[in-house]
Amino acid sequence: MKKNLSYMDSVHRYGKIWGLTIAVILLAFPLVLSIIFSCTPDYKALSKGLFATLPMYWAVGIVEVFTYVPMLGAGGTYLSFVTGNISNLKLPCAIDAMERANVKASSEEGEVISTISIAISSIVTTIIIIIGVILIIPLTPILESPVLEPAFAMILPALFGGLAVVFISKNLKLSVLPVLLMLILFIFVPALNAGTVGIIVPVGVLFTVLVARIMYKKGML
Amino acid sequence: MEFSVNSPIIYIMVGIIISVVLAQSVFFLVRALKRAKELNIKSSTIKKTISSSAIFTIAPAIAVLVGVVALSKSLGIPLPWLRLSVIGSITYETVAAGNALEALGQGAGTTITDPSIYVTVVWVMTLSIAASLILAPLVTKKIQSGMNKIGLKDKKWSEIFNNAMFLGMISAFLGYVFCDVTYISKGFLQGLTPVCVMGVSAVFMAILGLLATKLKIRWLTDYALPISLIVGMASAILFTNIFGGYEITTQMLQEVTA
Repeated sequence: MKKNLSYMDSVHRYGKIWGLTIAVILLAFPLVLSIIFSCTPDYKALSKGLFATLPMYWAVGIVEVFTYVPMLGAGGTYLSFVTGNISNLKLPCAIDAMERANVKASSEEGEVISTISIAISSIVTTIIIIIGVILIIPLTPILESPVLEPAFAMILPALFGGLAVVFISKNLKLSVLPVLLMLILFIFVPALNAGTVGIIVPVGVLFTVLVARIMYKKGML
Repeated sequence: MEFSVNSPIIYIMVGIIISVVLAQSVFFLVRALKRAKELNIKSSTIKKTISSSAIFTIAPAIAVLVGVVALSKSLGIPLPWLRLSVIGSITYETVAAGNALEALGQGAGTTITDPSIYVTVVWVMTLSIAASLILAPLVTKKIQSGMNKIGLKDKKWSEIFNNAMFLGMISAFLGYVFCDVTYISKGFLQGLTPVCVMGVSAVFMAILGLLATKLKIRWLTDYALPISLIVGMASAILFTNIFGGYEITTQMLQEVTA
């Protein structure tokens, strides 16, 4: 048990150090650019651009931290919130890995499997983008070809179709209400689309946990 | 120094930052692998986790690369490379860059030549995604210990709780797939494309799962998700040909209602 604690504690300690270091480096990047090219940002446009972007992104960002931490595990969280693409890549990758290894996200085995899967996914993504950047000139016509465009645009439906089969078939009773609620919301509320799905994820999670709790208490699960 | 969106010095800086990010992943990977051994997790399980995670990542990573190419027209290569390797996701970054360029009165397709405009765009993109970047290292431990308090008491509930979280997230994305079906009544069959793509991917996943258990092909379960992902994506090409290009613009809607 003591060793158990020490692994988790070290994950948190190093996660904090790496995370904050990278945050500082990223924030320093525009400053250093200003110094190198001896220029200042256009403050009027900056405030206008921030006003249009920041409130929504910060709201989503804060909500995402609280929603995804329990699913990603500690190591997975520290990596994912640096490397990004959580809902469309890292989390499905980790969920699939934990499912196949038959471990729970809240156990230490789940923590380790999730961390391995997300670390590998981050490394592979980074390497693919590096290769792509080096070969950008020959690759551009392929990546921008109108034939392939729909395939890349439809990555989320293709991804969640597969994941849904696994999880809905495993939790048939529990999935009825959440799936119904989400279908109704997305079909009948026009404001809900690709841009706002991030805000709805925590709603879906909270609702499903609530339904699960009630069904569990009533002995239905 | 002479400014250009593809200036070597920007490449070098971005290269350094991405190396640090890569180092973090390697650091956590090595430690998790060590811990997996101590926990007696089978090495075959670890190997499968590694290979299927890597294979699964390829298609989504190429989609990210498409985002880099799209943004590179106005922002050059290194900035989209950085923004999409670190925290960024395609939808967020495209919008953030678009908002910044609009505020500057700069078209999205023209290459930036003024360093002050470039720095402004970098600031907007960086500050906009800073919330979770700073928050995650600060609150993860607290959230986890809170979760443990709820979870540890009742084993069965903690398992249901886990499944409920994943299911909640998946149901939100399932709903999202249907977000454009109302347009069908206005004559836009495009709204069916994501629904059909999801259907194909789901059917494939189910078939692969059945094959794997019935014929006892173990490796099939490890690659079922990446296979159905790719088949689903490929089917999108077909459905787009049938239903028409996916983008439903406000202008198209106005034309119909007018």
